[in-house]
Amino acid sequence: MSAVSSSPVIERGTATSRIAAVAVAIIIALLAVAPQFLSAGAVDRMTALFIYAILAAMWNALAGFGGLVSVGQQVFFGLGAYFAIRLADAGLNPFAALFVSAVVVGAVSWPLSLFMLRLRNGEFAIGMWVIAALTHLLVNLDRLVQGETGTSLISLNVYHAGTRRVTIYWLALASMTALLAVLFGLLRGSTGAAIRAIRDNEDAAASVGVRVTGTKRLLFVLAAFGIGVAGALWLATSITFQPKTYFNVQWTAYMIFMVLVGGIGTFEGAILGALVFFLIETWFGGTGVWYLVGLGATAVLFSLFLPRGLWGTIEERFGLRLLPVGYRVRLPEHPATPLNDEAPSPERTTQHQEKA
Amino acid sequence: MTHPQQQAVLTAAGIHKRFGALVVLDAVDFTMEADEAVGIVGPNGAGKTTLLSVLSGAFPPSSGTVRFKGGDVTALPATRRCRLGLVRTHQVPKPFGGMTTFENVFVAASHGAGLGRDEAYEEALGSLKLCGMLGVANRRAETLGLLDRKRLELARALAARPTLLLLDEIGGGLTDGEAGELVDTIKELRRRKIGIVWIEHIVHVLLQVAERLICMDAGKIIADGEPQAVMADPQVIHAYLGGGPK
Repeated sequence: MSAVSSSPVIERGTATSRIAAVAVAIIIALLAVAPQFLSAGAVDRMTALFIYAILAAMWNALAGFGGLVSVGQQVFFGLGAYFAIRLADAGLNPFAALFVSAVVVGAVSWPLSLFMLRLRNGEFAIGMWVIAALTHLLVNLDRLVQGETGTSLISLNVYHAGTRRVTIYWLALASMTALLAVLFGLLRGSTGAAIRAIRDNEDAAASVGVRVTGTKRLLFVLAAFGIGVAGALWLATSITFQPKTYFNVQWTAYMIFMVLVGGIGTFEGAILGALVFFLIETWFGGTGVWYLVGLGATAVLFSLFLPRGLWGTIEERFGLRLLPVGYRVRLPEHPATPLNDEAPSPERTTQHQEKA
Repeated sequence: MTHPQQQAVLTAAGIHKRFGALVVLDAVDFTMEADEAVGIVGPNGAGKTTLLSVLSGAFPPSSGTVRFKGGDVTALPATRRCRLGLVRTHQVPKPFGGMTTFENVFVAASHGAGLGRDEAYEEALGSLKLCGMLGVANRRAETLGLLDRKRLELARALAARPTLLLLDEIGGGLTDGEAGELVDTIKELRRRKIGIVWIEHIVHVLLQVAERLICMDAGKIIADGEPQAVMADPQVIHAYLGGGPK
């Protein structure tokens, strides 16, 4: 080994990404104390932002990293809320119910994955939508829910409105932080490399030893759990539960919007997309139908002109990576063989031409 | 020469493969030793790639059994066979397009060879170096040209630490110089005691490595043995050139 003093080195982060990690910690700390300085309305809005970030990150992990494009993720959002209602009705503390509910959602998604993951591409996408519609109908049958009339998480009302608001804000912030951290750890590890390999070519992944079905299942269940947390938190902020609101396909449409605009397949992109969506909603959400027209138009424009989304484009243009999950090989400096990874072929060709 | 009853690492017996009415493999028997380099030749549509797919576990045979390292692996999927040391490359390269060259190979080292992080780094870098791909380590695989994609197939399979490597036309379309480099790489694998099954149309390249040659035609093995003898076999000549006295 000592003979090869100049062996290549694997880099996981960059100088920028190390600064970004510190910045993320500072931002989270600031967000944790923010309720003291924010109005009640602003606290509610920020809670919504955290929930959007969870939704975007989960759909991005599933579709952008794992290649599992689903248009039925609202099923887990709705179930997250529904199981929370059920658990609270059975006497569980409503705040505890939010998270136990998400665990139940994760547990339900496991048997679901047994047959859904046999479907590929479009079949999987539409199949998930069918599952969502079917689940919506089943939930409507529950007497407690009273069909489309819905019900409420009444047990939350015992808490003072102010306490409740801030508690939900903190729970949402903590959930977002924890879920994003788990996701980042997973995608950055060797399982993350397997997930991306499956996305790019399932057969080839199997041929080099990747456990295709098990890995997909892990991702599917994790995304279901995360979206279940988001659904339960949404219930906590709005109190009322009407099945058609929660099992609405618009939730998945929002997830897709956030991920496409932010940059599919990049960790930063989903977070950026959630922020963009949040701002659009904050500024234009009151304009009714034109707001939806605007959202649709934005999505179309992005897919036409910036198919890699905001962050994908930034990453490509400036080589900026704040939360990188990939691997870079740094080759030892060697004047005889200039190996510049940014543009290897043209440079090397030029060198050859100069020699010739 | 070819009676490896005891050391046979890979045995396929009575392999049939049908796609609907089409019989692609017709009662194929194939046996090889752990430290052997077997070349497979034959006209297009002879069933070579299908045989490789059945051996590697990409799909099961319609009937017949495959044994590897003494165990019946007929029902094992490709993932498990890879982890046992039976690894293939693809005739039409199947890179992980959205990942870098290094990441492609790292996946194999990490999952196929089951190595921990640092060992997997080393294995991946070693494979890339052996296949002359360090210079494109950070390129997204979808930006690679065909030659590099073929090299990547080999590098990726190697990183899974095979005991037996199944190569499917990795030399197609290479210049003489490039083919020479490829032969050097394969010879290095032979020095590492990796068994090779190599399907290749460019016979003179294949013969630099193969110690034994198999010729397939219409789903059957029509000749098996010492390479020069197989190439001189009238049935082989007939299969390749067609017409003439059979």
